[in-house]
Amino acid sequence: MLAEFIEALFSIFFIETLINGLLLGGLFALLSLGLNLIFGVIDVVWICYAEIIMLGMYTIFFLHVESGMPFIFAAAAGVAATSLLGWLTHRIVISYLLDAEPINQLLATGGLLFLFQGAAMVVFGIEFRNLGLSLGSLAVSEDIYLSQTRLIAFVISGTVVVVLYQFLSRSYLGTAIRAISQDREIMVLMGVDTKKLYLFTSAIGGGLAGLAAVLLVLQYDVHPFIGLSFGPITFMICVMGGLGNMIGGFLAAFVFSMLISVGGYFAELEWGYVLAFVVFIAIMFARPQGLLARKS
Amino acid sequence: MLNVKNVNAGYGKFQALFDVSLEVAAGEAVAVIGPNGAGKSTLMRVISGMIPAMTGTIELEGRSVLDAPPHEIVGMGLAHVPEHRRLFHGLTVDENLRMGCFKPQFRARFEERREFVYELFPRMMERRDQVAGTMSGGEQEMCAIARALMSDPRILLMDEPSAGLAPVIVHQVFDLVEQVRSKGLSVLIVEQNVNQVLRVVDRAYILESGSLHSEGTAEELLQSKEIQKSFMGM
Repeated sequence: MLAEFIEALFSIFFIETLINGLLLGGLFALLSLGLNLIFGVIDVVWICYAEIIMLGMYTIFFLHVESGMPFIFAAAAGVAATSLLGWLTHRIVISYLLDAEPINQLLATGGLLFLFQGAAMVVFGIEFRNLGLSLGSLAVSEDIYLSQTRLIAFVISGTVVVVLYQFLSRSYLGTAIRAISQDREIMVLMGVDTKKLYLFTSAIGGGLAGLAAVLLVLQYDVHPFIGLSFGPITFMICVMGGLGNMIGGFLAAFVFSMLISVGGYFAELEWGYVLAFVVFIAIMFARPQGLLARKS
Repeated sequence: MLNVKNVNAGYGKFQALFDVSLEVAAGEAVAVIGPNGAGKSTLMRVISGMIPAMTGTIELEGRSVLDAPPHEIVGMGLAHVPEHRRLFHGLTVDENLRMGCFKPQFRARFEERREFVYELFPRMMERRDQVAGTMSGGEQEMCAIARALMSDPRILLMDEPSAGLAPVIVHQVFDLVEQVRSKGLSVLIVEQNVNQVLRVVDRAYILESGSLHSEGTAEELLQSKEIQKSFMGM
């Protein structure tokens, strides 16, 4: 038994599992980024975040497959569309609830979840739609094959994380986004139009959902309920990292993806998820504030 | 410079200021003193646009403040050091200063203004990369004033700069007020520390239960028996 276990650890497939876990982590990191940004800055949880991603996937699918737009332009249009959707979400719903009870904010964005899902069902139907794009696999060695789409997703996620970090730490606007998360009321004295800054942040958050949509639509079929399959994981990653803490979310994304991959390697893939959720619950008992405590 | 006329203001249905009028001339330092809950902070907040006025007029160098969107007021030459300093605690000193210079028309002069405040407060230069929330109370007050000065204001509003500071630090804060004055700025300051503030200002108003009750030069008020009795516990 033990000998088998040790042998399995050094198997080539295990290395492949680790690499796949790493690649999946990149995708998770991107998924959690927008949600964390919005929560960290505006202090509102967008329960409908995964549904915004779903609508982004549909946008890309229809522009590319039905209208024949080259994928790269369809992807850019998808990001623009979700960015607009993020802007509208804040403008039409959240801006009126900034001083409301958190539970009312949750109910409102939860309502948006069903609105987006229902609208997608009515407009697009319930069929699973596939982009039909396959980039194939990359042979790293004789035995290790990596999915090219996952590799691209990883590189894009990494780039986005670095760019966003630079933006937040170096630019006036980025510094203001960090500042407003610490003290909203005082921003007016700095000459900042807080309404505009919130709208801008929401548009960026929406745009990040669009980027996630680009990477997901390359790997998964799109259907109105796809948000349910990764929405909960996205929330758990954010909560595990410390809600609103982007670095914590980044870390938690890799903890989750590794647990899923490694758990899936020793048993069925579903057991990987079970393992990840059990660890999540254990961490919540030990550190309810998340791996890295959320901003004070 | 600053002209406040017949201002009524408050929070929702609660009115905190009743028919308040005051003036600050160019280069003048004026204090508003009064007991807790008299409406001193509300007065400062109305002037800098943090809360709206119900009625009345506020003019800054002849331009109406109340007609401007609140976030444009800093661009008119008025900066406000709020009560409890309200620094961005997680940001460094340098980033706090950057926020004081946020408006696009100020950004080009960021380096120049930063040089100015570092010269005024060399301590801030030493602390430039320190996270603001980890500094001492006195340094935080200095940083809050420095942040306000980044927009090159012609009038500085200061709300209880000595509140919550250790007694040994308090006199240093009043030194800061004098330093700011030496640069030719007008100052409107709200304080509970009546005895000390009257030594750094030209005139003062006394605010009680939301109304201006009397005014006088700093010297007159320092001599006044009534003031000594009500505010200095003598």
